[in-house]
Amino acid sequence: MEKYALFVPKLVTEKEGFAPGHRACVGCGEALAVRLACKALGQNVIIVNATGCMEVVSSPLPYTSWRVPWIHTLFENAAATASGVEAGLKVIMRKGKRPAREISVVAMAGDGGTSDIGLQALSGALERGHDFLYICFDNEAYMNTGIQRSSSTPYGASTTTAPAGKVSIGQVTWKKNMPAIAAAHDIPYVATACPSYPFDLMAKVAKGAAVHGPAYVHILSVCPTGWRSATDLTIRIGRLAVETGMFPLYEIENGKYKLSIDLPQLRPVKDYLKLQGRFRHLSEETINEIQKRVSQEYAKLKEKAACA
Amino acid sequence: MTAQRIGIEVSRAIAIAAKLANVDVVSAYPITPQTHIVEDIAKLVANGELDAAFIPVESEHSAMSACLGAAATGARTFTATAGQGLELMHEVLYVASAMRLPIVMAVANRALSAPLSIWGDHSDVMAARDTGWIQIFAANGQETFDNVLCAFRIAEDQRVLLPVMVNLDGFHLTHMIEPIYIPEQSEVDKFLPPNQYPLPLDPDKPVTMGAFAPPDIYTEVKKAQQVNLTAAKEVILQCWKEFGDCFDRHYSPIEGYRCKKAKVLLLTMGSFGETAMRAVDSLREEGKEVGLIKLLLWRPFPFEEIRRAVRHAEVLIVLDRAISFGGPGGPVCSEIRSALYNEDKKPRVIGFIGGLGGRDISPDGFKQIINRGIEISQTGSEQEFEMFGVRE
Repeated sequence: MEKYALFVPKLVTEKEGFAPGHRACVGCGEALAVRLACKALGQNVIIVNATGCMEVVSSPLPYTSWRVPWIHTLFENAAATASGVEAGLKVIMRKGKRPAREISVVAMAGDGGTSDIGLQALSGALERGHDFLYICFDNEAYMNTGIQRSSSTPYGASTTTAPAGKVSIGQVTWKKNMPAIAAAHDIPYVATACPSYPFDLMAKVAKGAAVHGPAYVHILSVCPTGWRSATDLTIRIGRLAVETGMFPLYEIENGKYKLSIDLPQLRPVKDYLKLQGRFRHLSEETINEIQKRVSQEYAKLKEKAACA
Repeated sequence: MTAQRIGIEVSRAIAIAAKLANVDVVSAYPITPQTHIVEDIAKLVANGELDAAFIPVESEHSAMSACLGAAATGARTFTATAGQGLELMHEVLYVASAMRLPIVMAVANRALSAPLSIWGDHSDVMAARDTGWIQIFAANGQETFDNVLCAFRIAEDQRVLLPVMVNLDGFHLTHMIEPIYIPEQSEVDKFLPPNQYPLPLDPDKPVTMGAFAPPDIYTEVKKAQQVNLTAAKEVILQCWKEFGDCFDRHYSPIEGYRCKKAKVLLLTMGSFGETAMRAVDSLREEGKEVGLIKLLLWRPFPFEEIRRAVRHAEVLIVLDRAISFGGPGGPVCSEIRSALYNEDKKPRVIGFIGGLGGRDISPDGFKQIINRGIEISQTGSEQEFEMFGVRE
């Protein structure tokens, strides 16, 4: 598959909600994902951003990359702030203090802001049923502060707070399953996406924004800086994450799982791991361990999708 | 005036104030002794008496965060908390003021753990002293009610656009049933204009709110905030004046009681002022030239008013209900002392700390404090401040 250049058979709006000129690193998968998400969201949106890479690269006073209304307040509270935006809009429109119209409220946060420090606020907002979309841009560590491990960091990855060493493989825990946690709130829509599959990503973001009630989209965002990968391999690494089953693409609509791409045969995880410095130290034995786990998890996912 | 004077628990009166202010969003988390306030608001919403979104959040951190989001849409926003809750929302408080979001919050002042105490003192709000909020301390139920209404008008004034905290003592005020004048809706509507937040989140006019500031601009932002908060005092005074015109109840940053020719002044904040008045009466009867100053406006700090009020006194006794551990004593006393330091004519300032964790101070207790203050002013003390009523 990597022999093919990306062929674009669909028309996509030229309008950029997330303007060029931001300060993201070269090859940043997250900036690309945000750009695509903004294309899918259009103009009728209010974005609530958690502290993190995207907030920092896009909003150094007095500049901004945001061509849509955007608010950042703190790190762990994107979902709570979005709750207030959603509730505020709804009530002032109902009371005629503002013309009634459809506005999507979209919270954006990284994996730390979602699966660690922001998990409580997210759970609260999902449980309360606010009509909003929450997007987690998962680059699998605290990249903004310098590559510290999060609960979303994959097993065996070396980070600055879980470094590989003589007696450690680095991360010794398995990646937290955030989409499953979101789905456990019985919300109408959960999906995973990756900017290496741009149309799939945009369709899911648009669907998540359109659905009534809370929606959660978890986007794998390749981070060359933190993953120690070549900056021109971002798209390929994202595709390999999907093709190896490390990061499967699926939707959970009203509790029903559906695989977005059916892979009859997974590629070996080694193809994905070997392109990234964060996994360079891994022994064959650990790689086999990861392979076993990934195959198992993928089988479980397929089963869920088949049952649905 | 068509206002009704009714006996009502102060917490419930605050809920009525929020209703009369026609708030749009209330986001809150339960904590004693604040809970009656938001329970009553929830009830008003549930009965259709108030058209508002009540967001029953999962923590105080989220309560204030949701307030940020709601206020940023232009909604009139209210919350209430106490003690640990105020601490949990601590970092969010700074964001509310720095982002110029006109949120109103009632704080049922409560002691801080450990040891756990649900009872009143000012430890919670003193930790939030420097968060950039306008901070008002009410001495009784009517003051609380009135100042919740004033708080919306002050916060939302385009010259201010800052959050306002109305402090009332946990239990000593929140759970008291007091006679309170409740105005008619039409009277409130005349006094309180609708919220016209100038730059709300709106897809037709996209704004970036909460950008990050590199070192070359952060200081300017903070200066602007300081200038703005200080300048808010004029608007507060104006608001209180117009409130007086509308409702015939008058407020000022400090309120004196029997201060005429008083050589000795006691200064308190919050509900203890009411009890201290009785002590002052009693001492006056004994022929002592004693007066009382109640401090209503804590932020922005009323430097001029304080200096003027104490200029002719010889002794100024300050009672704090919070302690700055290992420091110069109570925060109020420290600030008063600092405000007077460069004055040519100033009283001797003597600090007491008392009433911690809900401990009562009776009128007789206040007399003891005042008498001990006078004694210290004559004989001196080895301590920077004294803690009143400690069993040793």
